[in-house]
Amino acid sequence: MSNSISNSTPAEHNPSNLRAEVDKLIAEGAFDLSARRLAELWRRDPASGTASFVTSRLEELREKTRDKLGNTLALTKFKLAILRSFTVEPIVPLLRAEAFAYGIDLEVHVGDFNTFVQDMLDSQSTLYRFAPNAVVLAVRADQAAPELWRDFADLAPEVAQQAAERVVRGYEQWIGAFRKHSQAALIIHSLERPSSPSLGVLDDQSEAGQSGLIRQINRELRRITAGFHGVYVLDYDALVARHGSEHWHDERKWLTARLPIAASHLLHMAREWMHFIVPLSGRTAKVLVVDLDNTLWGGVIGEDGMTGIKVGSEYPGAAYQALHRALLDLSRKGILLAVCSKNNLDDAMEALEKHPGMLLRPKHFAAVRINWTDKAQNLREIAQELNVGIDALAFLDDNPFEREQVRAALPEVTVIDLGKNPLEYASAVRNCAAFERLTLSSEDQQRTEIYAAQKQRAGAEQNFQSKEDFFRFLEQEAELEPVSNLTLARIAQLTQKTNQFNLTTRRYTEPQIAEMAKQPEWHIFSIRVRDRFGDHGLVGVAITHDEGEQCEVDTFLLSCRVIGRTVETALLAHLAESAAQRGRKRLVGWFLPTKKNAPARDFYPQHGFERQEANGTGSLWAMDLKSSTLRSPDWIKLKVATSLRHGN
Amino acid sequence: MPASTLEQVRNIASDIFGIPVEKITAESSPETIENWDSMQHLNLVLAMEEKFGVQLDPEDIEQMKNIGAVAALVEKLQSAAR
Repeated sequence: MSNSISNSTPAEHNPSNLRAEVDKLIAEGAFDLSARRLAELWRRDPASGTASFVTSRLEELREKTRDKLGNTLALTKFKLAILRSFTVEPIVPLLRAEAFAYGIDLEVHVGDFNTFVQDMLDSQSTLYRFAPNAVVLAVRADQAAPELWRDFADLAPEVAQQAAERVVRGYEQWIGAFRKHSQAALIIHSLERPSSPSLGVLDDQSEAGQSGLIRQINRELRRITAGFHGVYVLDYDALVARHGSEHWHDERKWLTARLPIAASHLLHMAREWMHFIVPLSGRTAKVLVVDLDNTLWGGVIGEDGMTGIKVGSEYPGAAYQALHRALLDLSRKGILLAVCSKNNLDDAMEALEKHPGMLLRPKHFAAVRINWTDKAQNLREIAQELNVGIDALAFLDDNPFEREQVRAALPEVTVIDLGKNPLEYASAVRNCAAFERLTLSSEDQQRTEIYAAQKQRAGAEQNFQSKEDFFRFLEQEAELEPVSNLTLARIAQLTQKTNQFNLTTRRYTEPQIAEMAKQPEWHIFSIRVRDRFGDHGLVGVAITHDEGEQCEVDTFLLSCRVIGRTVETALLAHLAESAAQRGRKRLVGWFLPTKKNAPARDFYPQHGFERQEANGTGSLWAMDLKSSTLRSPDWIKLKVATSLRHGN
Repeated sequence: MPASTLEQVRNIASDIFGIPVEKITAESSPETIENWDSMQHLNLVLAMEEKFGVQLDPEDIEQMKNIGAVAALVEKLQSAAR
């Protein structure tokens, strides 16, 4: 199975030269470049030995940069604990190398064999002291449901049923205890079905057989996890099936080293974990920029013409339609699509608009660059047009030369490697963890439409003499609402991914928001905005914290597609008003500068706040609520939802 | 001419034990390589299986007394599979 990030790329360097080059660059102090070469080595040769090399050099880089890996190499730190019933140690270097290729500096804690129950129940356990961001519960059916696994043939049907129910109750208790002690994400392996059930084919003639009961446990697991924020199921049974149970397992290693997974599949286990770690760490791509010739269709439109290019329901065009379907699936998850192609605009647009084999049409693309300019420059422009950072882009192109050029010019971009065979293109996209999402808001599903409306707004704005006339024309409506179960996931998502108009850039998980919502002195608001062009959806979050006479703004953020339209003023005015109603005298808030939040820098002074103090991390601003003249602009129709005590 | 099995095994051992390939010879063994403990032994076995597409039996694994023996074992298993 090919992973998008790790297919081989042609380059002059062979792996052993790359190793020498990495060491030379580290010795010379060229840490950025050495890290890039290290990632290249991993992409070209993702094997166990390479993983050991990559992790050891990563440690060296960490030491040399005085543990400032995050700052110097722009890596995101993430702590993962693995609770397990089998040997996972050989998987850890593969996992850390793979994480590194996604821009994540992964620290891993492995629990003792089969102590996962104690670890989860005991608030003083090494698990909780490690303070993980996420925990994997990698427990196999032979441990989680030993009676069903080993002695099934001896069990009377009702006893087997009771055993299955006991297993489910166990999980329910462990998860409940875990949530009491930790707000980390929890990823639970589903149980695999036996490849040879005790009763052979007879087993599958009833739902009460060995496989049937394990399926029942897995269904119940999904029901339980759905009741918790930040608890997810990893379908281990499906993972094993995908690779073939006979190939996945290695009985010799299981019996001698308690390692059930064959050497050639350890990487697949690591990659499956990455599909959770990448979205949890926020290193996701928001936009996929695609090439056209030999990527979305076979052939070159400028040479082969409409009748010559290959795309349709029959081979070889079917391979490209399979890719189109994968892209449409991304679009449904809220990932924007964009085109970047070296072509004559008219030729390419004709194919996009009219070719009968195309499943993708111009309306599916939020930005289009069809020209002869350098692709890195086009990618910069696309990021700017869509108001996202360069690191939010992913790039899909069949041409290795273009891919290498983008990697060199814009190392932050997720570049997806494609092999020579178009039949593998769709799975290269589907296997890229940067496109994984663990929750989906209605905003995500409508994102392409939202951006289309945004283009219309930008067009309309140019017809107005003054900003104010434009704002009146827009007929904006803002709906303010305390956090509820319906908005909690979206609120957490916005705190995790909003970079530009974000005053403090504090990242919160769903469980953390849920916990905050229970505290009476904390208030969490969301803001939803619509105007004559359409609904922006839930685009802003404010979190405040009352203390004595003052109310402190902990978090204040807006999606950049609504900033500059005075919605931010409306939200701040509401915070001031509700703080005053609760008897607070002052509204205060920090501005914590980052590389990306310059658009929010002057927000407090522009709204009449005075600077109180400044230190190395930021500045504190305050406003006296009694003398405040802060009002919501009269061109915004403001609706404030009745304040149910939130979190209940 | 592709790299010999011994050379490939030395390269993998260099990655796994974290020592330069020049310092690894056919005679290198757990006695001469400090890092060569039971967990690293398992890692070495897994890396061999992955790289050469062979499967080692527990009896084979016991025979992996030094790097030369590992290379010989891999060659034996590969020719048996042909």
